[in-house]
Amino acid sequence: MELSPADRRLLDALEGGLPLVPRPYAVLGERAGMAEAEVIRRLAALQAAGVVKRLGLVVRHHEIGYRANAMTVMDVPDDMVDAVGERLTRAADVTLCYRRPRRLPGWPYNLFAMVHGRERGAVLARIDQLLDEHGLAGLPHAVLFSTRRFKQRGARYRAAAA
Amino acid sequence: MDATDRRIVAGLQGGFPLCPRPYERAARELGLDEGELIRRLARLVETGVLSRFGPLFNVEAMGGTYVLAAMAVPEDAFDRVAEMVNAHVEVAHNYEREHLLNMWFVVAAETPERAEAVLGEIRAETGIEVLSMPKLEEYFVGLRLQP
Repeated sequence: MELSPADRRLLDALEGGLPLVPRPYAVLGERAGMAEAEVIRRLAALQAAGVVKRLGLVVRHHEIGYRANAMTVMDVPDDMVDAVGERLTRAADVTLCYRRPRRLPGWPYNLFAMVHGRERGAVLARIDQLLDEHGLAGLPHAVLFSTRRFKQRGARYRAAAA
Repeated sequence: MDATDRRIVAGLQGGFPLCPRPYERAARELGLDEGELIRRLARLVETGVLSRFGPLFNVEAMGGTYVLAAMAVPEDAFDRVAEMVNAHVEVAHNYEREHLLNMWFVVAAETPERAEAVLGEIRAETGIEVLSMPKLEEYFVGLRLQP
């Protein structure tokens, strides 16, 4: 989607988040130089185009009790990887699933699935179960738990569009 | 976080109303009043449960790109290298993970070339190899966690 100058002003006004006041879209309109109704109309269009995925909460998983964050990686034969990826997304505890390039010799894995859970042992058991269910247990795989997080703020609009 | 906070977090993960009094409408659906919802959201942001309340941007719909990158950082240099990496505004998040490749971060940039340039800068500043792993296919992105 090609952003208009007015869209860019609106996204600039939104960068710090949605104002926590009863009429947030009116406040954004004041900042961006447009009426409240136009803010609402443009945000609806930006959401429909996917530029704004959604409005609302950006939760820190850790703070709501999902302390075990496991990046599960597999080396899946290229002719199977799309089918396996599609299937893994049906598991409710897989929150992200991507195919990425292998980086040999150190990194042989091409399928990445993020599994969140409250506790490490349970997440590991769940991953074993997922691999079993999908006939993947024999494939080379690894589970990388996160031990520290330095930044979690999502993509900034300016970094992408400035 | 109490039961009401958890209800708010679960109820608003899917989105937020686009109407003149959105907090009032969202509050009504949650059985709260507008003022209490606003106060509780402000506190959840202040205490860091929410990293923010507002739009989730999709860099790719604006023609931008995300790249996942990984580095094998010596333990005693880890904090120093993390600071250097995180100083780049394009770095969206950065995790330490248990592996020889122990630093994993995402770069969001306006073009793939810019993303690669950021990785090149990080390589030059730290003297450590940076493996670039752009996504080739995305199978699903959803958030279904129930607090």
